[in-house]
Amino acid sequence: MAETPALLAVDTLQAWYGESHILHGVTFDVRAGEVVTLLGRNGVGKTTTLKSIMGMVDQRSGSVRLDGRETIRLSSDAIARAGIAICPEERGIFASLDVRENLLLPPQVRPGGLDLDRIFALFPNLRERLSSQGTKLSGGEQQMLAIARILRTGARLLLLDEPTEGLAPVIIQQIGRTIGALKAQGFTILLVEQNFQFAATIADRYYVMEHGRIVDQLSNAELKTNMGKLHDYLGV
Amino acid sequence: MFEIFGIPSQALFGQLLIGLINGSFYALLSLGLAVIFGMLNIINFAHGAQYMMGAFAAYLLLQYLGLNYWVALIIVPVLIGATGIVVERLFLQYVRKLDHVYGLILTFGLALMIEGFFRNYFGSSGEPYQVPNLLLGGQNLGFMYLPTYRAWVIVFSAIVCFATWFAIERTRLGSYLRAATENPALVRAFGINVPRMVMLTYGFGVALAALAGVMAAPIYNVSPQMGSDIIIVVFAVVVIGGMGSILGAILTGFALGIIEGLTKVFFPEASNTVIFVIMAIVLLVRPAGLFGRTA
Repeated sequence: MAETPALLAVDTLQAWYGESHILHGVTFDVRAGEVVTLLGRNGVGKTTTLKSIMGMVDQRSGSVRLDGRETIRLSSDAIARAGIAICPEERGIFASLDVRENLLLPPQVRPGGLDLDRIFALFPNLRERLSSQGTKLSGGEQQMLAIARILRTGARLLLLDEPTEGLAPVIIQQIGRTIGALKAQGFTILLVEQNFQFAATIADRYYVMEHGRIVDQLSNAELKTNMGKLHDYLGV
Repeated sequence: MFEIFGIPSQALFGQLLIGLINGSFYALLSLGLAVIFGMLNIINFAHGAQYMMGAFAAYLLLQYLGLNYWVALIIVPVLIGATGIVVERLFLQYVRKLDHVYGLILTFGLALMIEGFFRNYFGSSGEPYQVPNLLLGGQNLGFMYLPTYRAWVIVFSAIVCFATWFAIERTRLGSYLRAATENPALVRAFGINVPRMVMLTYGFGVALAALAGVMAAPIYNVSPQMGSDIIIVVFAVVVIGGMGSILGAILTGFALGIIEGLTKVFFPEASNTVIFVIMAIVLLVRPAGLFGRTA
């Protein structure tokens, strides 16, 4: 595993919202084809880490390299065009757009995205709801739409922020299968997740965050022997 | 010649026509305001001045360069739209993230400066602008006389309004605009250059005002205060229609023009205030406006 070069290399990343200093030097990497999960309690900076990678915070410093290319000075639209796509925690489905418009909103930034047929194979529900208003979908359908629309763009690195939050177990399973299928198709995924049971079924590696820093990392193989430590970190 | 409710048909339909003409300008101007407010969160008080600049630009192009109405109809919105883009780059991009009051005061100040500039150089008496030859004359419809130019203004502004509505509500580019109105940060994170889109949207809104100004030049005098005369009514139209609602701005613009015209026939004393009375009632019953979405 170590010989695969990092697709995403984050080094001493700091981030601010206005006056609040949220990230205090986050360092980790994600290799091409991996599913990596950020774990941690509420408010430790997991969502801010994803937003900082995407350039969606007021101010950031440090280094975020995508495939060796530094992106820390780029605006978020330029970062998106470099090949990163985000599925935000609040899902960000647009109420004034129907499902089709929501799905087609993110422009294709590079070749190699999934075509609509393959997207509908992953999310059959969406095909029947194309002309519904975006926010009239159920929570699970909205989550699927939020993931589906970033698969078209050709981005190789997907940032998924708590895709299982507030969803029924059967939907969570479907999203888990989808992430597995995406991994099999060569996507690299950085996941933020509170639902540790869910993360354990799909992730290759885990980073644990506390107070705006990475404090530990584990591979899936090390998971069982470190359960006690993890429970301490997560307070479960 | 016949009578309806004791009113001669010529008078009734004549006022209805004037109402429709005014309504065309209300619709064009409130549409631009709605587009700008939706995207930039700016209450564009300079809109009236930009409309006046459109009329003056048409007048100046004809006086000094001999460019006729039809050329002005194309060039003037581009020119004045470009001045809007300069204003957006210099000022509005910085104030639009602040409270509404800042953008309002800034554009209000701009409007006063622009008006003062034109009053200084052209006086306040106004300049005439000839109806283009192609649209001279009119038709006697039996129940009323319809000047060709006025028919043109009504039809053309309806087409421009519909085209704008269609572009925003039914096209790919329009879906970017609607999405960026809701959540600009996320739209930008999908790879769309939102600041450039905001800049062009302001330019487009200003261009609409300038287009209305060119169309108004042959009907009203080209004068420095023509913008401030109409803009107060247009703001009332926007409030009645609902801030940021495209369809609301268009329909309310035409409807209030007609209501104002009819009031002139049936109760002339109220014709100057009827729109504000309606505004007060709408604000009491539906504070978000007739077509406004409550957030």
